[in-house]
Amino acid sequence: MGNPEEYQKLEGKIFTKSFFILLSVVLLGFYFVGVRYVKGIGAVSNMSDGYPWGIWITYDVATGTAIACGGYAVAILVYIRNRMQYHPMIRSAILTSMFGYGLAGFSVMVDLGRPWNAYNFFIPSKWQANSAMFEVALCVMAYSTVLILEFLPAILTSIEQSKWERMNAVRNWLHPKIAPDQKSMQDKLEMVRLGAIWLKPRLNKVLIFFIVLGITLPTMHQSSLGSLLLIASTKLHPLWHTGFLPLLFLLNCVFIGYAIAILESIISSYSFRRPFETEELSGLAALIPFVTVIWLSVVIGDLAYRGQIGAALKGDFYSGWFMTEFLLVASGSLLLFFKKLRKSPRWLFTSASLIVLGGALYRFNVYLIGFNPGQGWRYFPSFAEVMITVGIVALEVLGYKVFVALFPVLPNTSAHGGGHAPAKKAAAQKGKKASIEVQHAPVEAH
Amino acid sequence: MKNPSRRDFLKLAGATGAGLLACGAGSALANEGTQINNEELGMLYDATKCVGCKACMASCKRVNSDYGSLSYEKAKFDSDGLWDAPSDLSGSTRTLIKLFKESEQRWSYVKYSCMHCQKPSCVSVCPVSAMTKEKVSGIVDYNKNTCIGCRYCQIACPYNIPKFQWEKALPQIVKCDLCKATNLREKGISACAEVCPVGAIKFGKRKDLLAEAHQRLKDTPDRYLPHVYGEHEGGGTNHLYLASMPFNKLGLPDIKPEAPAEFSEKIQHTIYKGFIAPVALYSTLCFIAVKNMKKHQGHDGHDHNKEEK
Ligand code: SF4
Ligand code: SF4
Ligand code: SF4
Repeated sequence: MGNPEEYQKLEGKIFTKSFFILLSVVLLGFYFVGVRYVKGIGAVSNMSDGYPWGIWITYDVATGTAIACGGYAVAILVYIRNRMQYHPMIRSAILTSMFGYGLAGFSVMVDLGRPWNAYNFFIPSKWQANSAMFEVALCVMAYSTVLILEFLPAILTSIEQSKWERMNAVRNWLHPKIAPDQKSMQDKLEMVRLGAIWLKPRLNKVLIFFIVLGITLPTMHQSSLGSLLLIASTKLHPLWHTGFLPLLFLLNCVFIGYAIAILESIISSYSFRRPFETEELSGLAALIPFVTVIWLSVVIGDLAYRGQIGAALKGDFYSGWFMTEFLLVASGSLLLFFKKLRKSPRWLFTSASLIVLGGALYRFNVYLIGFNPGQGWRYFPSFAEVMITVGIVALEVLGYKVFVALFPVLPNTSAHGGGHAPAKKAAAQKGKKASIEVQHAPVEAH
Repeated sequence: MKNPSRRDFLKLAGATGAGLLACGAGSALANEGTQINNEELGMLYDATKCVGCKACMASCKRVNSDYGSLSYEKAKFDSDGLWDAPSDLSGSTRTLIKLFKESEQRWSYVKYSCMHCQKPSCVSVCPVSAMTKEKVSGIVDYNKNTCIGCRYCQIACPYNIPKFQWEKALPQIVKCDLCKATNLREKGISACAEVCPVGAIKFGKRKDLLAEAHQRLKDTPDRYLPHVYGEHEGGGTNHLYLASMPFNKLGLPDIKPEAPAEFSEKIQHTIYKGFIAPVALYSTLCFIAVKNMKKHQGHDGHDHNKEEK
């Protein structure tokens, strides 16, 4: 995808302080995963027969994959809306999606009671097309594969240019006990490199069809994530139980996707000390209100149609959560109607956060807060349950940090310096030469 | 950069939402409705006859011990593990008698177990067909060798019947299967119905049970609420109830006659009918994307930085 100059690796050390903090969180999470496999799900979680789905499904799967929809949302923009100027953002968005979906899959394996039977998904005689979950599962598996394919060019580029410093360092460290000798390893690595060079142009030719698949699959499974709760007609509060669930979930993931792409760019600009991509971001931000306005109108229209407006305004527990969700999304989008605010990274950050929070709360409302299995059941996640989820999120951040350093993911600052280079064209031309140098900078030397 | 116009947006919405916008409501399709099959097997539980002896519970555990429903549960006060005192259906209890007390004078027993729905939600949602409904007998059965333990059946069942073994490293779902592999096969009757000393549980074909229930309502109307629970609830169940107290007080939910699975499948089928919508969506998007890329390469040829593939 794209010329090498369009993206660059992040220079800097991988093993920073934050790396080790994140790593310890990940390890704690994995300790509890271990406990879960030895002692059963009940030993680590507060889930019960009344609340068989806890935050693992609600956050890691239903909400996490929506948050991971940045890649999806930006791909629609670039390839379907034909806004190629957003192209530089796509790799980091896809990388986030890859981690988001990969780890959602991982957390499903933690959550499933009988994961060793999961192979049944590949046995046609066991297929159950009535089940929304069957659809979600197949789509998510397919999409994760597609995401890896979409990200492959970045890896291939990296391999192509690699001098294998890191590998050699590891080898030297292991030598002579377990590692092969220098010569044979060098040969093997060269084979890999040649393979990458061979594969890349071929992959590039068909990549667009995978990219489109990467737009179709989330469209399907994100709406099906809404369909999952259609059947719980006696358990899900009428504020959220509607035939429009699939549509609402689909729209919801689109606006969360754009908001997340904005947040992600601002956060990585800030923490990696790169210029803000204000131009691109304000353009993205201008799109969000279009989607949220549809979403909000479907929500209101549907409530009115089903005579539930009263329940929404009642002021009780459920209406409180509903209003919070609604107002978060509405206020976040309202901010984005003002051009001036769209140009300020601070306001962009604020409104995108409001929208992500509101959109995520919607999914929590549907999956947990609005879900009432009947008298006597209560659910609040246990410490271990939360730590497993936090560990998974930490792993996502960790993976992101490592990958942007190893592979050319982030937009090339000299070519796409939003904040610092107002005249983009000029900057692009000026930066072209410099960017090639950046690309070849030996970041792997550490 | 140009601001996106409304028209651009509609193009986007049109492309990505293809079809979905229209079928979200799912009201367009004609409802096929659940065909009730009265030949299926079931039970009639008469709460006014039940004396709460719990013989059925004991019998169920004894007979189905190999099928995950024996393991006795420790009561809270019982540190030695000598007593089995389940407080609800669980990963080791398929059926349970509860006493609901409205006041000192008004109370009623009630028996919980799988309702063996005519159109079971649990079967409808199970992604790997571990929950199945037998064609002839109508028994809703569970196969632990297929189940992946996703617990979607628990979310879906409006009666909260399927239970999960939370404390086990190798857990399974537990629910009544009408003694399909045990008492029913050996003696032609469910274990709970067989042992009931007062005939509060009647085992048989749904049509006979229904006739019997309506006969009792007619013969002794003072004794009962004029309603056979399960006749229409949620598309009809094969486990039927008679009682003297409102059923929702006895923990049996108010459910509309339309099966919940009917509603959800209708929408799911509208979206995925013959896989036409997804395929159409994919081809449309491919068309647009490839065209866009060509256009892009043609027009922006001078901008090498942006050139694609
Ligand atoms: S009562 Fe619940 S578990 Fe039993 S058949 Fe109906 S939906 Fe399935
Ligand atoms: S827990 Fe088992 S039986 Fe229940 S829906 Fe999941 S796979 Fe099917
Ligand atoms: S029919 Fe059999 S499995 Fe079901 S409750 Fe009665 S004894 Fe238990």
